[in-house]
This record gives sequence, C-alpha cells and structure tokens, in this order.
Amino acid sequence: MGVTTTKTVAVTGNQAVAEALRQLNPDVMPAYPITPSTGIMESFTSFVSNGKVDTETILVESEHSAMSACIGASAAGGRVATATSAQGLALMWEMLHIASGYRLPILMALVNRALSAPLNIHGDHSDGMGMRDCGWIQLFSENAQEAYDNTIMAYRIAEHKDVRLPIAVNMDGFIISHSIESMQFIPDAEVKKFVGDYIAIDPLLDLDNPKSIGALVLPDYYMEHKRAQHEAMVNAKKVIQDVSAEFAKLFGRKYDLFESYRLEDAEVVLVALNSAAGTIKDEVDRYREKGVKAGLLKPRVFRPFPYEEIGAALRNAKAVCVMDRADSYGGFGPMFMEIAPAVFPYRQGPSLFNKIYGLGGRDLMPLDVDKVIDETIEVAKTGKVKAVKEYITVRN
Amino acid sequence: MKQKNWKELPHAGTILEAGNANDYKTGSWRSLKPRWIEENCIQCLFCWIYCPDSAVLVKDEKMIGYDYDHCKGCGVCAMECPGKKGNKAIVMEEEGK
Repeated sequence: MGVTTTKTVAVTGNQAVAEALRQLNPDVMPAYPITPSTGIMESFTSFVSNGKVDTETILVESEHSAMSACIGASAAGGRVATATSAQGLALMWEMLHIASGYRLPILMALVNRALSAPLNIHGDHSDGMGMRDCGWIQLFSENAQEAYDNTIMAYRIAEHKDVRLPIAVNMDGFIISHSIESMQFIPDAEVKKFVGDYIAIDPLLDLDNPKSIGALVLPDYYMEHKRAQHEAMVNAKKVIQDVSAEFAKLFGRKYDLFESYRLEDAEVVLVALNSAAGTIKDEVDRYREKGVKAGLLKPRVFRPFPYEEIGAALRNAKAVCVMDRADSYGGFGPMFMEIAPAVFPYRQGPSLFNKIYGLGGRDLMPLDVDKVIDETIEVAKTGKVKAVKEYITVRN
Repeated sequence: MKQKNWKELPHAGTILEAGNANDYKTGSWRSLKPRWIEENCIQCLFCWIYCPDSAVLVKDEKMIGYDYDHCKGCGVCAMECPGKKGNKAIVMEEEGK
C-alpha cells in the first residue's frame, strides 16, 4: 500500500476542518455557529447547498439544543457532527455528559476560545479544559494539517466497538482557525475507504426492535455504568494508537498519543498543547544549536490521558516546565495537574513547575519561550523551583 | 436476583426489552389509594383517559377497578371523576386504613 501524495493547498484551519467534514459526509450536523468556529459551518452549509454532501444541517436556537439534536440524531442511528467554541461549549455542558453516558460517537470540532468574563473571542484552552470530565475523547492539534488529520481519524476512534464515545478535535481559535497555512488533503475516495460505513449499536430507528435509552438508574446500578464508561475511555488509548498507525501507513503522517520533539536525551523540557508548540519547537532548535539539551512534549490526547507513556518520556529530564493556556483559579493549570501524577511514580523524576500563558489569545512570542527555557535550565542545574505556579506574558 | 456487574451491563444501559416498565411495581410508592364506588360511576372513562400509569382497568368498554400493582396513588382520577348527582365514584383514602 503506497503513501498517498496530494497537491499542497493553502487554507485556514476552519476550511481544513470543513473539508474533512465534507469528506466524512455525516448524516446530521446540528450547530449554532459561534466565533471562531463559525467558518466551519459557513463552509459546510455551502457544501450542503451545493449538493456536495448528503448531510442534513439543523440550525437550532442554542448550543444546548445543538448538542441535544446531536444526541437525538446519533441515538436514532446517524453519524453526527457539530462545531462550537467557548460559550457555546459551556452551554452544551449538561448535554455533553449525556452524549458520553449514552455512548454516542458524536464528532465535535472545537475551536478553542477563552471563556467570558471578561468577554473575549480569542484563543485559549479554557473551553476545552472545562469539558475534561464530560467523558469525551479530546484530541489537540498544533496546526491546520493536524486538525484535518485528527478530524479524519475521529470517527474511526469514536465508533470503535471497544470505545463508542463522543470525540472533540481541538485547534486554537484565530491562531489556527483563521490563519492560512499550507497543508495537504487526502483524496475523497481514500477518506471514504479509510473511515468506512457507520454501523450504529441499538439505533432507535430500528423500529422492529423497540427500545428505551436514557432510563433512570438509581444507586444500585449507577456506579456500574460509570465504571464501564471509564473502561471505554481506557480502551480508547490503544484504539487511537492503532488508528494513527494505520493512518500513517496509508497517508504518511505519523501521530501518537503525544509528540516528542528532540525529547530523547533532553534535560530541559517544555510541555505545551496546540499552536504554541510550533513556536516552542523553533526555540528548542535554537537552544540545541547553543548546546542546551532542550526538548518539547506536545500532548495530542488529553482524554484519555496517557499517564504511563508521558511519565516514561519525562522521567529522565532534569526539569520540566508545563505551560498552560488555561487556568484553575486557586489551583494549578490543568495540564500541570496531569503531568504531575504522570511523573509521580518516579521518585528521581524531574523538578516540575507551571507557567500560565496566552490567556484570551495573548501571543506567546519566541522571547517569552526563551525566558521559560532559561528558567528551566536554571531549575535543571540547581534542582530548585522558585515558584511552582507563575503567570508569564502578563504585566506585573 | 443476582445483580449484574459493570462488565455485564447492556451497552449504554439501553433497555432492549420494550414495555418492561410493567415489571416495575410502582404501586409500592402509594400513600393514598383510590377507592371505586360503582353505584356512583357513570362510565364516562375520564379516569381511564387521565390515569398517567394505565392503572385503570377497563373491560368491554367499562371501568372495572384498579391495577394496584401500578397505581401510584396520584389522585388524578378522583379529581377528574364527575360522579353521579354530586357523589364522586372515586375517592382517595389513606393507604393501610
């Protein structure tokens, strides 16, 4: 099986994800467009109007209704997708738990944006981190290419018989959603073949076999249902790796649970999600040229979180700075709270500290990254952390 | 009945057997019980129409009594009952009286 090559195109992140959705051709797509994910629905509804997809779009009166319609359509037996950001996701929150509890493999394109207040439309991860415990698989994407590839892989992961969970594909609002980048699309026929047909489990529209979903479950059974849901999430880890390996074989681009950038012998490591990883890679290169053993770990899968694998990848580092583009007021950044238990089993593990950056779409410049690397070098040398949690790119 | 463990549950907790609510005896929730007084009944079947739990038993288009395994004692039937000449055909009484 040869690696597919296609011509390079220049598109925005939103256009890339819309193109993936066109190729996936879901049965139903309910949405209530919201900045910065609006472009996805704008492109997609033009595909609907021009007969490029068979999808029925439902323009609803709120995001709560959008997710409710997703749940209904998915329970009926359809392949379903939606797109949202920030406040939209927040309004879906109640229904997010119901989608995962019903084990419905709904696909969400989540264009990350800061939560209000203060009102802000730009990119940070407070929306995505807010859905941490909603039972959704969460994939993060550095650029348009990764957002496209993650979207193409999403149904294969979510619909796997050992998983059957909803999945959210994240990319940074504006920084990626509205910037034009060069990337490659996979031909339609190959996407179709890769994704395959959807076979629903116990669909409500199988009228010969009437059934009920969403029945009341009291203390005698609730906990068993939740335990089973955790197992599905645990299973998702291997499925993500298998699907990614098949994707790499067919299309040449390799993905894993996280990306290791010059990490193998790294003593000084930064951890960051999404677009900031691109800036950090450049700075890691510059420090490597100066002889510093710097590296980056970029998580791709936030739920299920690969604790063992990330712990093993970080255990030999001397100092690790976890960079969070979201905050937990009165707590650490959400990524820090995952990395700490990942390295906890290693008694001789790295010194760990946390930087909060880029909230509300504030830029993370190469010089900001340099300051973090410099401090991480210092911590690696002395083993002393000045402040476990600190804000950078903020006026003091 | 031995309770299922988490590995034995149906996918997503879906109920695959239609109509199995019949097996769940909601009658045990009842604190007030409807009593049917046949001589006051005009067979209007309002009780049958309004009962939220299909607990009014009807045979040959006539009210014949209650399914007390499923009547929750909500009292809607007694409220709707027009009775005969001002005398209700359904009255609610304390359970265990």
